[in-house]
Amino acid sequence: MQRPLELQQVDVAYGETPVVRSVSLILGAGEIGCLLGPSGCGKTTLLRAIAGFEPVRGGHILIRGEKVSRPGYTLVPEKRGIGMVFQDFALFPHLSVARNIEFGIAHLPAGQRRSRVEELLRLVELPNIGGCYPHELSGGQQQRVALIRALAPKPALLLLDEPFSSMDVELRESLAREVRRILRSEQTSALLVTHDQSEAFAMADRIAVMQQGSIRQWDCAYNLYHKPADRFVAGFIGQGVWLPLLRDTNHVLCSEFGPLFPNRVELPHRAASEAGDDPPLELLLRPDDVVYLEDGLHCEVIEKSFRGADILYRLRLPSGTDILYITKGHNDLPVGATIPVAIKMNELVLFTAE
Amino acid sequence: MEVAVKPESAAIRKHRPGFWQAGVLLSALLLALPVIVVFSFVFVPAGEVWRHLVDTVLADYLSNSLLLVVGVAIGVLLLGIPTAWVTTVYEFPGRRLFEWALLLPLAIPAYIIAYTYTGLLDFSGPVQMLLRSVFGWTAGEYAFPEVRSLGGAVLMLSLVLYPYVYMMSRASFLSQSLSMLEAGRVLGAGPWRVFFKLTLPLARPAVVTGVSLALMETLADYGTVQYFGIATFTTGIFRTWFGLNDSAAAAQLAALLMSFVFVLILLEQHSRRRLRFFQTSGRYRHLQRHRLYGYRKWSVVLLCLLPLTFGFLIPAGQLLVWALSIAEETLDQRFFLLVGHTLMLAVTAALITLTLALFLGYGRRLFPSRRVNFAVRLSAMGYAIPGTVIAVGVMLPFAWLDNRIDDAMREFFGLSTGLMFSGTLFILLFAYAVRFLAVSVQSVESGLARVTPNMDDAARSLGYSPGRVLMKVHLPIMRGALFSALLLVFVDVLKELPATLILRPFNFNTLAVRAYELASDERLADSSVAALTIVAVGVIPVILLSRAVSRSGVRDATPT
Repeated sequence: MQRPLELQQVDVAYGETPVVRSVSLILGAGEIGCLLGPSGCGKTTLLRAIAGFEPVRGGHILIRGEKVSRPGYTLVPEKRGIGMVFQDFALFPHLSVARNIEFGIAHLPAGQRRSRVEELLRLVELPNIGGCYPHELSGGQQQRVALIRALAPKPALLLLDEPFSSMDVELRESLAREVRRILRSEQTSALLVTHDQSEAFAMADRIAVMQQGSIRQWDCAYNLYHKPADRFVAGFIGQGVWLPLLRDTNHVLCSEFGPLFPNRVELPHRAASEAGDDPPLELLLRPDDVVYLEDGLHCEVIEKSFRGADILYRLRLPSGTDILYITKGHNDLPVGATIPVAIKMNELVLFTAE
Repeated sequence: MEVAVKPESAAIRKHRPGFWQAGVLLSALLLALPVIVVFSFVFVPAGEVWRHLVDTVLADYLSNSLLLVVGVAIGVLLLGIPTAWVTTVYEFPGRRLFEWALLLPLAIPAYIIAYTYTGLLDFSGPVQMLLRSVFGWTAGEYAFPEVRSLGGAVLMLSLVLYPYVYMMSRASFLSQSLSMLEAGRVLGAGPWRVFFKLTLPLARPAVVTGVSLALMETLADYGTVQYFGIATFTTGIFRTWFGLNDSAAAAQLAALLMSFVFVLILLEQHSRRRLRFFQTSGRYRHLQRHRLYGYRKWSVVLLCLLPLTFGFLIPAGQLLVWALSIAEETLDQRFFLLVGHTLMLAVTAALITLTLALFLGYGRRLFPSRRVNFAVRLSAMGYAIPGTVIAVGVMLPFAWLDNRIDDAMREFFGLSTGLMFSGTLFILLFAYAVRFLAVSVQSVESGLARVTPNMDDAARSLGYSPGRVLMKVHLPIMRGALFSALLLVFVDVLKELPATLILRPFNFNTLAVRAYELASDERLADSSVAALTIVAVGVIPVILLSRAVSRSGVRDATPT
């Protein structure tokens, strides 16, 4: 099957300001990708370049193997065979839901149009709203209509620009999962833009973490969390603190909790390449890497936030460094109490200290 | 310490509940009086004159008014929509200038542009003189279109009224969600299909609003059609009243004209409601203007230059040339007396309408009820009513009242009070209040809307008395709105012709009346100083308007 989307060293700029720098990425057929990053990282601009609303300054954009953007040439959006779901849904307020959905398949005979509309409305479990106008729908319904309107022409690639940002937090994840289900059943490849990790995790197969216009890591959610490629990704995804490391007389890496590799002397290869020989190292410590251990290090509770199923504690080590510790909701400790903890982790994430 | 924090509205509501509400209802009734009077004449049995009118001229009034309305509708659409569209989506030389300059024709009253073009284009005007001298033609040898015709009137009115459509449709184009238009593109529609399937249908309520405003002015126009000798309802009302001396028949004509106006009011209000309904949710991104090159760039410049040149530059330039040529003789004491009269009248009218508008606006804020709402809307209806109709509608009741008072005084005290109301400035100011109250009410309400009830409560909870809340919170926030209310009415009074013409006290002149009288006597050049003064003052609200328009607009594209 042909690749729905391929980016080759794409550069986009507004005037003299580069916004996207040398981005390369391949989206497989049926795959759902995500551009994740803080606001202003260029993710929306990149999406708009893929849609054909922004010209590229360098590199190529290929949709289904066809070169649709290169410097000096931008195929118009209406000829790209893509679908797009906008942040504000962008439903046409003067057209009924059915007419909205039909807009992109106006070339089909009326009978086919109608059956496609019905099929799509059933797909989102809103079979009876074809005659309604957009302002009569709830936010979640508008969202679904915007989605199936984009899917109606069976695009090779669906682009979603922060599609859940105007939704309630509780709605977001369930909607994201539903959108994933719909995209799967339509077998559509999609690229999503968001700044919200939980949205990205709920929807995407692969996620590109972007910062300052370039992709830092293009990987699955598990690897982003447990094997971040650099300090930015490590800090951006999930929670955690940097724990300073030292070397003892035998050149063995130690944290405040003791030697990092009681059974090995060698550094794992990821860190080794970056660590070099001497520069000081830091360990990324996630809250779930910290465990209760009776003969562990005694730490003081500085802060706690009760979150129902679990409690997130900020603990102060004897050295004064703060770490995060997550535990079940009924392990309730007052601020000021002490608790013995140790670290237990499968993947060590080490970077040179900044 | 006892601190009783009560919202200001509650406090006032408790102290004088009836006073304010009754006042609002009473003033609404008074302001609606002209319309009620005019319509009541529908039930007066038709007299001799009315039958005469039906037999002879009524068909002309109808067909001319109708042709005028249809012609102007087409004219303002053709001039207004394309200019609004290109200044919204394209970048070309002078675009920023055109954005506001395209509103300038609004500063010229139709009757002034009408006689300016007459002076330019008639037989002895510079255009025909030039043609004759260049081609060696003599009189009668060539055909030249007559300005003073129905077609000419359509053209004149379209040239000064298209800004309503320009303004409304531009605001609509600007407010349309950009991503909605992009959604159209992604769904396979090219730029033209997006324009005709999305942009234009969405702008339709705004366009209809703009057109109905322009048509209200068209129906209200008296100066142009009178000068061009076209028999319409407004000229008919004048003729019937002063020529045939039948006030009842004049009122019946006025009632007929009013029913057309009501159709327009309904159309406008319906569209405004739909406008809200068509609002696309907030803009997430700024519009990026498409830069034009080559012949397309220059044809767009030409497109914008055309209405600006013919609607403002040429007439204003001609007035200036005339005014300079006769300035020495005209700028005498009589002229300054005229200016003084006009200013006094306009300032007084502006203050009266503002006071009324504040009274009604606060009434609606403090005692919101359906009755009060209806009363405020009723009293703000006058903006649509032609000046001639208002004149008839105020003249009849006040003349009647004057006569009753005069009779009574003579009977009991043996002295004649004369025309206490209808013969003085009172009646003129009353008519202005009816006609222009809507302008002030709109400004005051938009100002009041910026003072949220929570601000009142916050100020009260910080220890301010209701009076100090008014001075320290309301006044500073509303200052701009109050000022523009004064200014807009001031300028409107300055430009008003038909009502002033009918209702002014004997020998009392305004700039507009003087300009009109001189032009009617074929002394076009002599009228130019007064006309130019009106245009110059008329430019001020246009500038205010253009600032409001560009504020709602977009800055140059910035990435998100």
